[in-house]
Amino acid sequence: MSLAKRIIPCLDVTDGRVVKGVNFLELRDAGDPVEIAKRYDDQGADELTFLDITASSDNRGLILHIIEEVASQVFIPLTVGGGVREVEDVRRLLNAGADKVSINTSAVLNPQLVADAAARFGSQCIVVAIDAKQVGDHWEVFTHGGRKATGIDAVEWARKMEALGAGELLVTSMDRDGTKSGFNLPLNRAISDAVDVPIIASGGVGNLTHLVEGVQEGGADAVLAASIFHYGEFTVRQAKEFMRDHGIEVRL
Amino acid sequence: MIAIVDYGLGNVQAFANIYKRLNIPATLARTADSIAQADRIILPGVGSFDWAMQCLDRAGLRRVLDEQVQGQKVPILGICVGMQMMARSSEEGVEPGLGWIHAEVRRFGFVPDNHRLMLPHMGWNDVELARRNALLKGLETGSRFYFLHSYYFSPENSADIIATSDYGGTFACAIQAGNCYGVQFHPEKSHGWGIKLLKNFAEV
Repeated sequence: MSLAKRIIPCLDVTDGRVVKGVNFLELRDAGDPVEIAKRYDDQGADELTFLDITASSDNRGLILHIIEEVASQVFIPLTVGGGVREVEDVRRLLNAGADKVSINTSAVLNPQLVADAAARFGSQCIVVAIDAKQVGDHWEVFTHGGRKATGIDAVEWARKMEALGAGELLVTSMDRDGTKSGFNLPLNRAISDAVDVPIIASGGVGNLTHLVEGVQEGGADAVLAASIFHYGEFTVRQAKEFMRDHGIEVRL
Repeated sequence: MIAIVDYGLGNVQAFANIYKRLNIPATLARTADSIAQADRIILPGVGSFDWAMQCLDRAGLRRVLDEQVQGQKVPILGICVGMQMMARSSEEGVEPGLGWIHAEVRRFGFVPDNHRLMLPHMGWNDVELARRNALLKGLETGSRFYFLHSYYFSPENSADIIATSDYGGTFACAIQAGNCYGVQFHPEKSHGWGIKLLKNFAEV
């Protein structure tokens, strides 16, 4: 026995509600974040990830209250991201009850933020989220919720973020997000081969075989999924039992 | 009353939330008085060894902890770096530890192996019970807990080890020496087993 592969339900939160889109668009309501978090906790989720996708800055404070509320009822690690611009934002989220903070757009605009946050709070609580899209024969990093191309190669970027102190990388394939067609396995494999920090595969899970592929072919240390859990197709426990039956060590 | 030592490090609120749910009185302790009044103490900790020792010194809580733990023999549970601080020293830093237990803290000696053995050791690993202990009552070998660390606790007296885990080799993940208890994992983030362990500590 050894370290279990992790299953991480992901809650995209806007205006106090959990939503889910397709290719980062067409958002659909999925329910109350605290209720959903408790449900996944009961089902045996290994961690939870909250991404604040609130477009306006007006409701920024809302995610802090949601995290406080979740942290008072759910006793597994919580990762929170979205709109993290400075070290102070990291501190606020950790104080609200987050165990890890995910940085995305701001890492591109200001890579030093990753180094500063890792130096102050430790690499173990700094996750860098990489939204990647296939452009020609490579994958390019996009920011601002997938709206802006950066011209940066995703695999190079992963190496750089590891070097700056990221403790974990959340790799989302924009091409697959919400499509239920499975992870982008070559993307995950390319990044997991390139770095020694844990990789969370994200984007595209439509069935339980996809989760197994993410670990066995994509080389992921954790798999993240949203829709298959939000709309009740599968429970986290079913997903874990399926992975166990396919030879993957999980926490049951 | 359980005092959760709040010296500016670690997710102390998570412990308070769990004890609130268990209806067990617990308080975040920032002063010597609140620690002196407690019949149990939790010493959390995250980050580096030296930083944690310096924070504890700056908070002015070192003397009352020494007195309560070594003089009054109040049961104390160190969590992660909080456990490591109870040793004499750590390979991670130069600051002396609290020295309550004859132990050193060592860095994992294995050669990291891409995505099979990484540092830090992060995630859910299983524990093997080494001997019966009130802290581990009701737990089973194979119970999984959430770990996050690169250094481990190495006691001189192997009888202090009450549970082990395996990550590139066996290491002590739970210890007891007299009134000093320690766990390398994070019970406050380990769901049902973690809640069980914290409840056990309230009853040791």
